[in-house]
Amino acid sequence: MSRTMLYRHAIREALDEELTRDENVVIMGEEVAQYNGAYKVTEGLWDKWGDKRIVDTPISEAGFIGMGIGASMLGVRPVMELMFWSFHSVAFDQLVNNAACVRYMSGGLINVPIVMRGPANGGTNVGATHSHIPEGLFAAFPGLKVCAPATPADAKGLMKAAIRDNDPVYVMENTLLYGTEGEVPDPADGDHVVPLGKADLKREGSDISLIAHGRSVLHALEAAETLKNDHNISAEVLDLRSIRPLDVEAILATVRKTNRVVLVDESKGFGGVSAMVSHIIQEEAFDHLDAPIRRVTSVDAPAFYSKHVENEQLPNPKRIVDKVLTIA
Amino acid sequence: MSPASADTPRLDFAGSPVNQSLSADDKIELYRKMVRIRRFEQASLKYYNAGKMGGFLHLYIGQESVAVGTLSLCGPNDHNITAYRCHAHALAVGMSMNECMAELFGKATGCSKGKGGSMHFFAPDKNYWGGHGIVAGQTPLGLGLGYGLKYKGLEGCALCYMGDGAVNQGAFHESLNIAALFEVPVVYIIENNGYSMGTSQKRSSAFRGCLAQRAEAYDMDWDLVDGSDLYQVRAKANIAMERARKQHKPTVLEITTYRYYGHSVADANAKKYRTPEEIENYKKNHDPISLWQRRLIEEGVLTEESAKEIDTAAKEEAAASVQFAEESPAPEVSEIMDDVYWETDNDTEASKIGRHFFND
Ligand SMILES: Cc1ncc(C[n+]2csc(CCOP(=O)(O)OP(=O)(O)O)c2C)c(N)n1
Repeated sequence: MSRTMLYRHAIREALDEELTRDENVVIMGEEVAQYNGAYKVTEGLWDKWGDKRIVDTPISEAGFIGMGIGASMLGVRPVMELMFWSFHSVAFDQLVNNAACVRYMSGGLINVPIVMRGPANGGTNVGATHSHIPEGLFAAFPGLKVCAPATPADAKGLMKAAIRDNDPVYVMENTLLYGTEGEVPDPADGDHVVPLGKADLKREGSDISLIAHGRSVLHALEAAETLKNDHNISAEVLDLRSIRPLDVEAILATVRKTNRVVLVDESKGFGGVSAMVSHIIQEEAFDHLDAPIRRVTSVDAPAFYSKHVENEQLPNPKRIVDKVLTIA
Repeated sequence: MSPASADTPRLDFAGSPVNQSLSADDKIELYRKMVRIRRFEQASLKYYNAGKMGGFLHLYIGQESVAVGTLSLCGPNDHNITAYRCHAHALAVGMSMNECMAELFGKATGCSKGKGGSMHFFAPDKNYWGGHGIVAGQTPLGLGLGYGLKYKGLEGCALCYMGDGAVNQGAFHESLNIAALFEVPVVYIIENNGYSMGTSQKRSSAFRGCLAQRAEAYDMDWDLVDGSDLYQVRAKANIAMERARKQHKPTVLEITTYRYYGHSVADANAKKYRTPEEIENYKKNHDPISLWQRRLIEEGVLTEESAKEIDTAAKEEAAASVQFAEESPAPEVSEIMDDVYWETDNDTEASKIGRHFFND
């Protein structure tokens, strides 16, 4: 059995279940407690769990994120909300030097079981500094795990996996997904955990593979529908879900099946997740390709404020269809 | 220097030299500036709610005396920078309502060509270095403006504004240390409206008497200012600015004030974390515009009638700016790649051969 739920509520359910399961789980961040969360993801949790488990912090990202990392070394399992992933910049040292490196530097003596979560996306007309999409950036630091759920069910399942994971896991959510709905398995039917590192075939097809993560998965699914209806092209949609670890097998399997691939990635074109995936495909499955690998990414400029233009910077179903038609 | 505190007897700062030098017209101009800010913002709220703008809208209503009072002291070598609650500073330095409203509407005629939005107004030609979205991110930049002035041998100061929430960021503390250490002519102005989003100052800052007192740790001068008193804002800011200009000494000023609306328009909870009585009390007893109006009427500088005229003119100006914004063209999609690199925008080798800075 499953129920229809909002993405934000699916995450909250995951947090609530993990708070129940493990008394070491703590939620921390700006406005997560009394204010109920800037995006209402943590709504009601403070009422239920109180000050010890749900903690409002000052606006001091380096301080409170570093504090969470330190506490995690002692076995606390903090889930830190970044009001926007764009604010990673303020805590970058903690995120990439401490969280990512402590385990290695200590020869495995110390673990850092922390989760950092919050929205990372463009498309909300909030200007350049509030629109960074840093999945690829953090995935580039060994020691960190990064995922980007596209659906409520994956958001819940990945969040639970992230909290139970003994490494730092950075969960990139999306403000534009918080209000989307989807089926989520009922807790009565068992623990819904989506393992990190497992991609999900969201749609089967035979002519071309669309590989995406996060909100781009929804765009890819819409594009696949148009391709079928208007162009008689059967597109397969692979949702990476996890960026690191990356499900290389699933990527290669779909490419070997369809022999054509368009990668969809909301971050900027230069560098980023799709650049890495493209590299892996050409190295591991070059002989299976019938056409060059193409990408649909955000354009290589900071986010434009004006809503008249920002949407043109981002991937959308039409851009995906157009790109597919260049190689189909 | 001994800071004011809640129990200090009220002093009248009208007699301070910087206020005595004000002509009647100057005083009216200060009034006009505050009223224009309020009317501009009320118009922006209306059209934000009508879906004409994207992103956030952080209103400054209630705090007008801070921007207007301090910026009225600026000379040609004084520079300023602030956070995302930046419309007031923009209008106070002389930016037009048109370019500001058009920016909110995301139009090509906006001060940042529709690229910046509500949080990112700029006018370097007016020594205004913007509107910045990352809490406390502007504090090292303010330090840099002061450093640049001193480096160039100019007698001036940098005003760097922030909210009470920003004082807990490392960047702010690092800035204070360097400012004191290098003797940089910067004045940090904490606009203390009591809240950072939904978190009261008491729940976000460990403090003894007031936030500005932290300056003591850096051997720096500081003062506490009542933001509802424009004369006091000007008198105390002037001391700090002169200290910066003449002695290259930094100061932290904490100006107590209040915002009437939520943190941003999206923040519908404004009444949840503050009691309606608290908000009403400020509006009734501490509103900087009505207090200034009353003062000027008492002084015989302003009449109720001329105050009304000023208000009507400000409303009309705001309405006209909305019309200007509505009628302005949206930016062209072809402008997406403009303003990323100087080199590709200008007639250089890179601009001719194209796109190697970009992915496609
Ligand atoms: C580094 C960073 N963290 C969080 C935010 C989100 N945020 C924007 S404004 C704000 C509250 C700031 O309050 P304060 O500094 O007191 O200024 P005020 O809004 O009262 O003017 C928060 C949490 C941000 N923009 N940047």
